[in-house]
Amino acid sequence: MTDILMPALSPTMEEGTLAKWHVKVGDTVASGDVIAEIETDKATMEVEAVDEGVIEELLVEAGAEGVKVNAPIARLSGGAAPAKSAPVADEPKAAEPQASGDPEKTSPAEAKAEPEGDGPAAVRPKEALADPEIPEGAKLVKTTVRDALRDAMAEEMRRDETVFLMGEEVAQYQGAYKVSRGLLEEFGERRVIDTPITEHGFAGLGVGAAMAGLKPIVEFMTWNFAMQAIDHIINSAAKTHYMSGGQITTPMVFRGPNGAASRVAAQHSQDFAAWYAHVPGLKVIAPYDAADAKGLLKAAIRDPNPIVFLEHEMLYGQEFDVPEGDDYVLPIGLAKVRRTGADVTITAYSRMVGLALKAAEELAGEGIEAEVVDLRTIRPLDHATIVDSVKKTHRLVTVEEGWGPMGVGAEVIARVIEHAFDYLDAPPARVCQEDVPLPYAANLEAASLPSVEKIVKAAKAVCYRS
Amino acid sequence: MARAKQAAKTGASSAETVESLGKDQLLGFYRDMLLIRRFEERAGQLYGMGLIGGFCHLYIGQEAIAVGVQSIQEKGDQVITAYRDHGHMLACGMDPNEVMAELTGRSGGSSKGKGGSMHMFSREAEFYGGHGIVGAPAPLGTGLALANRYRDNGKVAFTYFGDGAANQGQVYESFNMAALWKLPVVYVIENNQYAMGTSLERSSSETHMYKRGASFRIPGEEVDGMDVLAVRDAARRAAAHARSGEGPFILEMKTYRYRGHSMSDPAKYRTREEVDEVRKTRDPIEHLREKLEKDGVADEATLKAIDAEVKRIVADAAEFARTSPEPELSELYTEVYVEAAQ
Repeated sequence: MTDILMPALSPTMEEGTLAKWHVKVGDTVASGDVIAEIETDKATMEVEAVDEGVIEELLVEAGAEGVKVNAPIARLSGGAAPAKSAPVADEPKAAEPQASGDPEKTSPAEAKAEPEGDGPAAVRPKEALADPEIPEGAKLVKTTVRDALRDAMAEEMRRDETVFLMGEEVAQYQGAYKVSRGLLEEFGERRVIDTPITEHGFAGLGVGAAMAGLKPIVEFMTWNFAMQAIDHIINSAAKTHYMSGGQITTPMVFRGPNGAASRVAAQHSQDFAAWYAHVPGLKVIAPYDAADAKGLLKAAIRDPNPIVFLEHEMLYGQEFDVPEGDDYVLPIGLAKVRRTGADVTITAYSRMVGLALKAAEELAGEGIEAEVVDLRTIRPLDHATIVDSVKKTHRLVTVEEGWGPMGVGAEVIARVIEHAFDYLDAPPARVCQEDVPLPYAANLEAASLPSVEKIVKAAKAVCYRS
Repeated sequence: MARAKQAAKTGASSAETVESLGKDQLLGFYRDMLLIRRFEERAGQLYGMGLIGGFCHLYIGQEAIAVGVQSIQEKGDQVITAYRDHGHMLACGMDPNEVMAELTGRSGGSSKGKGGSMHMFSREAEFYGGHGIVGAPAPLGTGLALANRYRDNGKVAFTYFGDGAANQGQVYESFNMAALWKLPVVYVIENNQYAMGTSLERSSSETHMYKRGASFRIPGEEVDGMDVLAVRDAARRAAAHARSGEGPFILEMKTYRYRGHSMSDPAKYRTREEVDEVRKTRDPIEHLREKLEKDGVADEATLKAIDAEVKRIVADAAEFARTSPEPELSELYTEVYVEAAQ
């Protein structure tokens, strides 16, 4: 004897109407036969027999409303069915919908030992994490950020045959911003692939190739266009390792210029750091100088996770010292103190680091020593370095090119409040893009973006100086 | 220009015979389809009892496609599909216990309970999901094919999606690149006539899915997706085309899903008569069963023995899925990132 239970149409359904019986007592049913029809205010569903047998009894009349989920609605004789059909009667009752696991007990809040900004899942910088020592006497070569990025890709492509570059104009055109100059000549069209203008599609192809074990570098001509591909960056690349229980990985780099260039207006001027840094499964890197650009891009290509690598068009042509050689790899997840100071901490990333350093110089002229922390990696965020700095300076200004609300600065401030609340001597301040789409007119554009002046002003304000 | 084949409606009947296929293989097809059918029926039941949560998209009615295509795959060929994926997992040879336990969100599941119905994967079976976003498998599968071309390994990526997904832009972005670069991919469009509740006629200006590659010079073929032998035959030709370096091929599998889109389906967009008619006249399992009996491949006793075996496997899977423990709470935080090797 087997009880047939009232099924649920959805996880939230508690009761429903048994609209109609399609069988009567004495009927023989086989698995797959429709025996009844049930409905809620939202939907109707046919109930199919799973076991074979003869209908012994209908326990609920057709048209009955408010039939509780998992209540027996009919009784089936064993019939010709083998003795061991999965028993239904001893299944969990409606009152205890889950076989085990009290939802209260499984709440992440309780499982988490302590509230850490990135959560235990995020890769946090290890104690030992440090930039490699640049050997005494090592030659430093003046290199543009553009060439440093190119060198990083070329070196990693020489080192690992599974690394390849794809994107719009990366091959014959030599890169829309000349970042991939010379790569086609060295590596050929198999490994340097010009794509059609089809971001959603080629980002998806890149993720598929990564699932198959290759290490694609997917270049977006700018990150603005990657919004067409964001589904694959987040849903396909960031989540698959977790969703597959660790079976499938997507080792790849999405890279390209991010943020505001110059006079290209709202649709071409946006900082996506906060967008991607929101997503577990991604790592987000936004370097400032050429050495970091090279060392971190090499690290990103070698990393087994999907990486969002945010460059800046306005930095491409700037020259910095880069250690010579092809083994300059930096750790992901480590901020860098670019200037030490005791009076105020200024955090920044990408192009904003340059502005922050200039602001620090001006502040020094006025007797305020600012400590400039280059975040370098936005996720995982190295809050230890930030917190250590604030514990020393007691004041904080965050700088970002993106919008303020829900932004990187907001997160930095939250971490500082979580970890160094008692050390703060003033409310932190945010310098960011004004809360408007970036305007085209030169004066409005300048007024909208962060500037040295705005950073100086904010730093003075948190120091209670005017 | 000669290489551009016209999309063709071949409707070719199976070139294979009972003799050439052999009894064991034919019975294997029957068993594999029946396993999916019974498995899905049981999944529907477990859902009704609250053991399976969220969405649950059953493959009932479409079994011949996954089984037929899988039967001609070579070792190392990849498979990727969308969220109606339990049948594909089983066709790939995955353990029904693992598949069912993933549905119930238990530690014994293929993704340790962290993926659920729509997100199943098997590295060992080269099954790359299991994707919840309509249309996403098209570029991902094309990317698997790109990797095959990159490695020149002779493998084909079988990329499934439905008639509903066929209206997504990314499908055509993928078609373009696959044809441009002659990637070894077979697009299997499972045309079950309804994109959720919207019929083909109400959603598609061109209802012949096999013609959807015409703008990209991708040949296509319409196939009776309710006939496992026809599926197999067409898949073999398509795979040979892709494997030989000719580029992608589209197979439109005409099929039908008996159940709702997911579990909560108002069933107002089609009539019961329509569903009953397909079940009565086109059922892929009944169709093969009749053929096996008619051609003397198997007698009733043999088929009953298979029925009993399948029933036992499914009952065991349900029991495993019910009793396998929920994942440890520590699993919450694992596998968000791959630990770097260094």
